[in-house]
Amino acid sequence: MTAAEAAIRTTGLTKEFGRQKAVDGLDLEVPRGAIFGFLGPNGSGKTTTIRMILGLASATRGDIALLGEPMPSALRSVLPRVGALVEGPAFYPFLSGAANLRRLDAADPPSSSRTRSARVTAALDRVGLRHAAGKKVTAYSLGMKQRLGIANALLAPRDLLVLDEPTNGLDPQGTREVRTLIRSLAEEGTTVFVSSHLLTEIEQLCTHVAVMSAGRLVAQGTLDELREVGRSEVRVETPDTAEAVEVLGRLGLVPVAGASGVTAELDGKLLPERVTAALVEAGVRVRGIAVEHQTLEERFVALTGEGFDVAG
Amino acid sequence: MSRAEPVAAPPARAFALLGSELSVLFRRRRTWAMLAALALVPILVGIAVRIRSSSNGPAFLAAISDNGLFVSFTGLTVSIPLFLPLTIGVVAGDTIAGEASLGTLRYLLVAPTGRVRLLLVKYAGAAVFALAAPLVVLLAGVGIGALLFPIGPVTLLSGNTVGIDGFAVRALLLAAYVAVSLLGLSAIGLFVSTLTTVPVGAMAATIVLAAAAQILDTLPQLDWLHPWLFSHYWFGFADLLRDPIAWDSFGQNALLQLGYIAFFGGLAYGRFATKDILS
Ligand SMILES: Nc1ncnc2c1ncn2[C@@H]1O[C@H](COP(=O)(O)OP(=O)(O)OP(=O)(O)O)[C@@H](O)[C@H]1O
Ligand SMILES: [Mg+2]
Repeated sequence: MTAAEAAIRTTGLTKEFGRQKAVDGLDLEVPRGAIFGFLGPNGSGKTTTIRMILGLASATRGDIALLGEPMPSALRSVLPRVGALVEGPAFYPFLSGAANLRRLDAADPPSSSRTRSARVTAALDRVGLRHAAGKKVTAYSLGMKQRLGIANALLAPRDLLVLDEPTNGLDPQGTREVRTLIRSLAEEGTTVFVSSHLLTEIEQLCTHVAVMSAGRLVAQGTLDELREVGRSEVRVETPDTAEAVEVLGRLGLVPVAGASGVTAELDGKLLPERVTAALVEAGVRVRGIAVEHQTLEERFVALTGEGFDVAG
Repeated sequence: MSRAEPVAAPPARAFALLGSELSVLFRRRRTWAMLAALALVPILVGIAVRIRSSSNGPAFLAAISDNGLFVSFTGLTVSIPLFLPLTIGVVAGDTIAGEASLGTLRYLLVAPTGRVRLLLVKYAGAAVFALAAPLVVLLAGVGIGALLFPIGPVTLLSGNTVGIDGFAVRALLLAAYVAVSLLGLSAIGLFVSTLTTVPVGAMAATIVLAAAAQILDTLPQLDWLHPWLFSHYWFGFADLLRDPIAWDSFGQNALLQLGYIAFFGGLAYGRFATKDILS
């Protein structure tokens, strides 16, 4: 994959706050057209990474290419093609939702004032805020502000959307709407880079995933790759537990006998069909066999540790 | 769904942000409250003079009761040391720090507003307010003066008399003088505002500096410093009330304020151009 093909590519990206490395040697590669999930526990450096990618904070070391152009030097030509939600929405509380969007749209130099009203209305429509367009943002609920933040990212056609926890504070309908919205944007060709804590969310939505832990990237790839690297387990339902244990043992597995069958951890190379064949060959009465991949959540915890305390 | 490569923004678009800035500034209730408070200064002066006009007061009181138009000049003079710097401190101190504390700064910058453009637009907004503030004082003064007292041709400091239209020209010149006087302070406020994400802190610091400069200007031991203080020519507008107009103090004042704009504008740029926006 060449640099021009990646929507976001960082090499050795590092950000130090004093002696703390908030982001440490990050090599991120977000392919064009992907819905890229950016995972990590609190304080692992997701928002800091996003700030550097968008030119808000400077990198201590390392390089960033955004839509194939170097950041922050190409900021003026690249950022109009990028919509962003960074660390929650932020608006002028004394202005209405629509007035806030008009203000931020006026700050985007290539955006045309002739189409402004129409684009603002369309963006508000897209996030379901049409009826609250004239309401002052002070009077917005948390989820309404979040929706307005997403609307701001959608004010113009974008090649890339960078969304930092877009579903934070949204009701279930809102969450689902945002998921649908992201999918439809991706179908139109927009690359979506989305950070989240909600693993089920990411699992349902994303094509690619990267996992941060304490400033470092601990995994990156397609969702399937990430899951496959993780442990998977074969569960054999059979009355002949003793025989099954023996067969699986011969295949090099470490089986555990249960009441109604046997389970064993599969290593990556052994295919489930070979297990089935060996069992049948040995005359084990197989009533059911299933391979269970680790859930993303289990994989996530395995990668980033069990501890609840924030690395600081 | 990519769009055409952005070319240099045509002028209409370059001014879109300035228009938006002014509309945000003048749609805030806070801005109107400050302008209303400023308008109250000449109104109170007028009422006070009206109430005690029978007794013998200082000369300017007598001048006011003879000609209501003087209320505007008096109101402006009274506002210069404290009320005007106070409101300028609020507006200029809020420029960057206010956006940072709301979090809108990061959205303006990723829109993307260039950092230099944002500084220029913010400063222009503060400058417009610096002009609006003395204008409001003068207009309120004329209004209340006309209401409470007789008005007529104005006798200038040089002894000549000008009619209402002549007075209007002088009043506008005076507003311009005061606005220019406040530009240096606005630049200081802009710089202080880039240092913090707490707008109240930037406002307070700016106001304190305005007070400190005026105090230093009264200390005879520091007379070498006086011509360099941004407040030094704040009361130098009397020359505009002579015929012919003497432009010396206007020019000196403008030059000094330009120096402050260049210096603190440069500092603000140096600070803001590379600052990490972490709010
Ligand atoms: N302005 C700052 N000064 C010093 N340290 C900071 C600053 N901002 C962030 N950090 C540190 O950088 C690290 C990463 O923070 P960051 O906000 O990027 O985390 P995050 O992954 O976005 O977390 P969350 O999931 O809670 O949003 C944290 O340890 C944090 O303490
Ligand atoms: Mg974060």
